[in-house]
Amino acid sequence: MANKTVANEHHGFPWKHLIGFVLSIVLTLFALWIALETDLSMTWILIIIFGFAFLQAALQLLMFMHVTENSTKSNLTSRVQIGNILFAAFVAIVIVIGSVWVMAAGHAKHDKHQHSPKTENHENHGGGSEHDSGEHGSHE
Amino acid sequence: MKWDEFFVTGDPMIYGADVSIVLTMVGILFYLTKYKKWKWLWDEWLTTVDHKKLGIMYIVSAVLMLFRGGVDALLMRTQLAVPEAKFLDSQHYNEIFTTHGTIMIIFMAMPFLIGLINVVVPLQIGARDVAYPYLNAVSFWTFFIGAMLFNISFVIGGSPSAGWTSYMPLASNELSPGPGQNYYLLGLQIAGIGTLLTGINFLVTILKMRAPGMTLFRMPMFTWSSLVTMVIIIFAFPILTVALALMTFDRLFGSHFFTLQGAGMDMLWANLFWLWGHPEVYIVILPAFGMFSEIISTFSRKTLFGYKAMIWSMLLIAGYSFLVWVHHFFTMGSGALVNSVFSITTMAIGIPTGVKIFNWLFTMYRGKIQFTTPMLWSLGFIVNFVIGGVTGVMLAMAAADYQYHNTYFLVSHFHYVLIAGTVFACFAGLIYWYPKMFGYKLNERIGKWVFWVFTIGFNVCFFPQYFLGLDGMPRRVYTYSEESGWGPLNMVSTIGGFMMGIAFLILVYNMYYSFRYAKRETTGDAWDGRTLEWSTPTAMPPFYNFAKIPEVTGLDHFWRQKQAGKVEKLKVEDIKPIHMPSNSGVPFIMASFFFVAGFGMVFDWMWMAIAGMIGVFATLFYRSFEYDDGYYVSVEEVIETEKISK
Repeated sequence: MANKTVANEHHGFPWKHLIGFVLSIVLTLFALWIALETDLSMTWILIIIFGFAFLQAALQLLMFMHVTENSTKSNLTSRVQIGNILFAAFVAIVIVIGSVWVMAAGHAKHDKHQHSPKTENHENHGGGSEHDSGEHGSHE
Repeated sequence: MKWDEFFVTGDPMIYGADVSIVLTMVGILFYLTKYKKWKWLWDEWLTTVDHKKLGIMYIVSAVLMLFRGGVDALLMRTQLAVPEAKFLDSQHYNEIFTTHGTIMIIFMAMPFLIGLINVVVPLQIGARDVAYPYLNAVSFWTFFIGAMLFNISFVIGGSPSAGWTSYMPLASNELSPGPGQNYYLLGLQIAGIGTLLTGINFLVTILKMRAPGMTLFRMPMFTWSSLVTMVIIIFAFPILTVALALMTFDRLFGSHFFTLQGAGMDMLWANLFWLWGHPEVYIVILPAFGMFSEIISTFSRKTLFGYKAMIWSMLLIAGYSFLVWVHHFFTMGSGALVNSVFSITTMAIGIPTGVKIFNWLFTMYRGKIQFTTPMLWSLGFIVNFVIGGVTGVMLAMAAADYQYHNTYFLVSHFHYVLIAGTVFACFAGLIYWYPKMFGYKLNERIGKWVFWVFTIGFNVCFFPQYFLGLDGMPRRVYTYSEESGWGPLNMVSTIGGFMMGIAFLILVYNMYYSFRYAKRETTGDAWDGRTLEWSTPTAMPPFYNFAKIPEVTGLDHFWRQKQAGKVEKLKVEDIKPIHMPSNSGVPFIMASFFFVAGFGMVFDWMWMAIAGMIGVFATLFYRSFEYDDGYYVSVEEVIETEKISK
């Protein structure tokens, strides 16, 4: 087997990927900073980091995942794309809303109430994120 | 850490395992060196990107894992054969049922099916390889390394013992100290990378690399089932990846996602695990359905009945598979509404499955059935799988499930669907495509012995367990009292278990026997098949599969060509240079670094984990700047390989 390389078809520097990568990291670090270092209320923290999460998902679809790509040769590609996106949305909704529903209903709800961040935050006079409320609660 | 904490000590069986591992390693090294096979091993196997060879390596690994998981099973059955047995202590028993479950699902069933998909799907769609051959090698090696990392746990550091479901808080540092549970987390995480990559690879392969004329609705059923499976893999495996990562954070870095303290939610692990775990069930059953469809159609001499109904039922199953996960923990107590909803979705998923069963029956109706061994396994599947399905619908009723939950009724149910479904399919598919992989059939007479001993043993083993479950025997207990009255049925069950073990040995003997004595196939069409993989002129296709890519005009293209007497002969002027991917050792090296990183994480040796990850990134970096776009096979070489006269 003669290993003869074929002229490569990659051209140019992948700016799109690099920008997407850097922005993703920035958004993640920013979310971390909001959650750990600010004095915003729990509701606002959740709203903001959820906003960042949706922003980052959109960014990644745009920068890495060829969401705008379309095939002129056949409509199969675009149909597959649309089907994939719809199924992805379906699965995402099932995972998130389904989990919240299942974990918050019935006995699970009762169980959760005892450990819920709300109760703990209440004891610690609010503020702080869910996870550091236990450790940093004392100096609030 | 002292050396006697590093190695597992104190159990004679483990010492026996140590000795046999060392002897096997020495034996392999001696063989490779004496017969100068090192270069052959590296060139032909370790660096290969050929989907057929990767598929064979998947299958060989899966058979080895079947042996390991089977030994685990027999150890458990031996312990349970009589009341209050002293063969295994409770910790050892816990470790064994954990590794049995994990290995059989993740390291046996999945690689066995993915191996057969690797060998068959590119051939069935008339492609020369998969879309990303290099990625395919990465998939295999990360799976293999993940499996090896998980497997060494029983001699180094100790095995996980929290069950294959690893529920929190049992799997937490407090209740499962030591490296055992870390092996589970890291082994599955690394193997999961491979599975996810396989999902992407084969989705693209099936969508983009089909031969001209093969529209989606002309694809063979096994290819269709693989396509649907890949979609489920792509959407389900990220859930496992995230859940495993979160638990790894809990265990290694002190986070509180699933812990009892710090507002963690222990049952959220169960929720996430089954959000992946239920689609996983369909990942291991849909390819099996595909294989049975091919085999039943071939040996009934008929086109598959209800082709489109089969496809739509699979798509429906793929959607439903994400909507039933709570039925694994009805007893968590999410309330009547949640349980009712998931009860109904669970019963609903039985409908498309029932459609498929009837389609297979109608395919056979008025067909000229040939009772070959793959066909026997398929017939055995229909009967036994229906028993598993019916008991599944019983379990689906949430109110009744409070009675069945965590008993041997459940154990028997999932063995009836997983063995009669997946394992029967693995055997059937292996025998059916064996001539495609090795150039000769497995012996049919010995094969029939395997089928009967295994199927009878399977029923003797698991049918009594339904009644043990109804009598209240819980799963995962290492012993039980004389007064419980469970002794006799357990003894029967153990006898059945050993019959399955014997059947496995006969199967291995059959591989040896057929290797020595079987008649070598002279054509590519060993079973008078219907789909493109049988259209290659030689029994084992050359590395480029097809000298000329076939043009497909309809379903069962090759069969209809044969019926019309118009099988195309390859002509010299049809041959053009063939573009093929180059071999690469990087995937193997990358996976080895993953092993180093994983092993470091398991023992919380961060210097080692970081060193391993640096190695992984170095191989990624190297690959990014490697401009090797493959090579061309010359027309002369193709002519010589195909042995056609000018």
